[in-house]
Amino acid sequence: MPIWNPEIESLSRDDIAQLQLERLQAIVYRCYKNVAFYKKKFDEIKLGPEDVQSLADLRKLPFTTKADLRDSYPYGMFAVPLREIVRIHSSSGMTGLPAVVGYTRNDLKNWSDLCARIMFAAGVTRDDVIQIAFDYGIFTGGFGFHQGAERIGASVIPTSVGHTDRQVKIIKDYKTTALACTPAYAITIADKIEEMKIDPKSLSLRIGLFGAEPWSEATRTEIEERLLIKATDNYGLTEILGPGVAGECEARAGLHIQEDHFIAEIIDPETLENLPEGATGELVLTTLAKEGFPLIRHRTGDITSLNLKACGCGRTFARMARVFHRTDDMIIVRGVNIFPAQIEAVLRNLVGDLPEYQIVVESRESKDEVQLLVEVTESLFLDGMRALREFHQKLEKAVQTVLGIAIHLKLVEPSTIVRDGAAVKRVIDNR
Amino acid sequence: MLKVRSLKVNYGAISALKGVSFHVREGEIVTLLGANGAGKSTLLNTISGLLRPAAGEILLRDAPIHKLSPAQIVKRGISQVPEGRQVFSSLSVRDNLLLGAYHRARSAGKAEINEDIKLAEELFPILKERFSQSAGTLSGGEQQMLAIARSLMARPKILLLDEPSMGLAPIIVSGIFKTLKRLRGEGVTILLIEQNARAALSIADRGYVLETGRVAIDGSVEELLENKAVKRAYLGKGYKEVWE
Repeated sequence: MPIWNPEIESLSRDDIAQLQLERLQAIVYRCYKNVAFYKKKFDEIKLGPEDVQSLADLRKLPFTTKADLRDSYPYGMFAVPLREIVRIHSSSGMTGLPAVVGYTRNDLKNWSDLCARIMFAAGVTRDDVIQIAFDYGIFTGGFGFHQGAERIGASVIPTSVGHTDRQVKIIKDYKTTALACTPAYAITIADKIEEMKIDPKSLSLRIGLFGAEPWSEATRTEIEERLLIKATDNYGLTEILGPGVAGECEARAGLHIQEDHFIAEIIDPETLENLPEGATGELVLTTLAKEGFPLIRHRTGDITSLNLKACGCGRTFARMARVFHRTDDMIIVRGVNIFPAQIEAVLRNLVGDLPEYQIVVESRESKDEVQLLVEVTESLFLDGMRALREFHQKLEKAVQTVLGIAIHLKLVEPSTIVRDGAAVKRVIDNR
Repeated sequence: MLKVRSLKVNYGAISALKGVSFHVREGEIVTLLGANGAGKSTLLNTISGLLRPAAGEILLRDAPIHKLSPAQIVKRGISQVPEGRQVFSSLSVRDNLLLGAYHRARSAGKAEINEDIKLAEELFPILKERFSQSAGTLSGGEQQMLAIARSLMARPKILLLDEPSMGLAPIIVSGIFKTLKRLRGEGVTILLIEQNARAALSIADRGYVLETGRVAIDGSVEELLENKAVKRAYLGKGYKEVWE
């Protein structure tokens, strides 16, 4: 199968190393010169840009954590003046402070090119009619895929997420051939197609590009069988770029990391030591070409492994294993990041002090469902059923508003949530 | 084709290059931009073997050349057109050209060298008119042409040019740069050092911006032209936009 940018995507490993070294030295210098955060961090450990003389020297550099990004909210880690920024996106924030990411014109161009590469690898061509059902907005999903598809020259339908009836009607009437959305939403669309009694064979769909949340091989099979498409996985994160960081080729044996733009490392999240090729650990990414928001050794929190062996598709870029887990307690449900801290804030607000609670995520008929168990005090029960029902409704609604997704609230009696030792395990992920 | 990795060069206690890495692929025109003192000429002189690196390596087709003598490096296929032309002003144009082929004066026959002189004259017809004149009587532009032609006499694979536009009228610069483009079309790989960023970017494929002995920015010509820092520092614009 053809490669979007064969000159770059099939560089020899030696040439990749050369390019990475050149760009690493330049980005470290720019970060040191232009980002106060990095200058301070480097000075603290008495390191300068000239100490990076080989790719192995990257290991001497400090990590960038999500907390660092929060502390520099909103513009503290921009490496260029705001007037050079032409786009701003942001990630969902854990405690109300998201990572704010600025893109220069060159960043946007590179982002489009990288998305074009992974979408082309998944099989999208200029002859495709692609429906982008990722959220268009401050999150990166919609715009990333949109730009990539336009770069390829496909016909882009920016439907964004929601209005599933209309999505299905467009798939049918506009003869959509490629669909980009979260895997959970693909299932919702498949359900709707069934509900509307449309024969999937009558549709033109052939490719699906999915990402933004963990999804199992079983879900992949289900989506492929119900929509009659070939489904590929994509990886990206707003802090680093958005979609376009890595994606599956048609071999679907790992996600090719765009190594001319990123250096990937795998570390042990406990000891922070680098792990050898093939070992499973936390993915750490360094951006090599970003102007607006460069990051050095960003701890993604995603658990994966790397494979440097040549791929059957002809690309030489390293492949990362699909991501199913994260290091921290963030859980991703239907493409939305959920943190226990968000729920705690609501509980404190409505209950007064913090009751014991537990978040249980289950996969029911390939749809992720969240159940929130909350232990309530006896006084609430004494106030009668009506008061209890009202409280139930109020709390459920408040949590849903904060999280942005539907949940099932279950109020339970004190000490009924299973303890792990003395403490309640906050998150049970049964997917 | 040419790979430079973490090159460090010192002048006594002063470090002029603090770990520079870049590469040039076969058939490319790559430009190194930078202000005075950024280390551009130091870099070229190190590639040519006139200076010795304190650390790092220079690979030509994956073979290290940073320990070779300048003469050996010319033999490997790297020719430098030095800053300020450096023609032998008391010698004739013809003798200048012949000196460019000195390392193969014995191995190559006279016929072959005369053939190359013809090619040089064809590239720069003015040199034919000045053939027997002493180089010192040539104008700046003609001397620059002679310097380039002299380097080509070594039949280089890579031509290193150090500020070929310096002190020349724009129309002359444009003529010389057109010739460089033509040379690239004929298979010569070119590494071009310039302060005249606009002229360099008009013919280059990619470029690197050097700042105080380090690479600060790399990218395709389109990317460099779009980069605001490059615009401000080297293209003399960027402050004209209203909000600035």
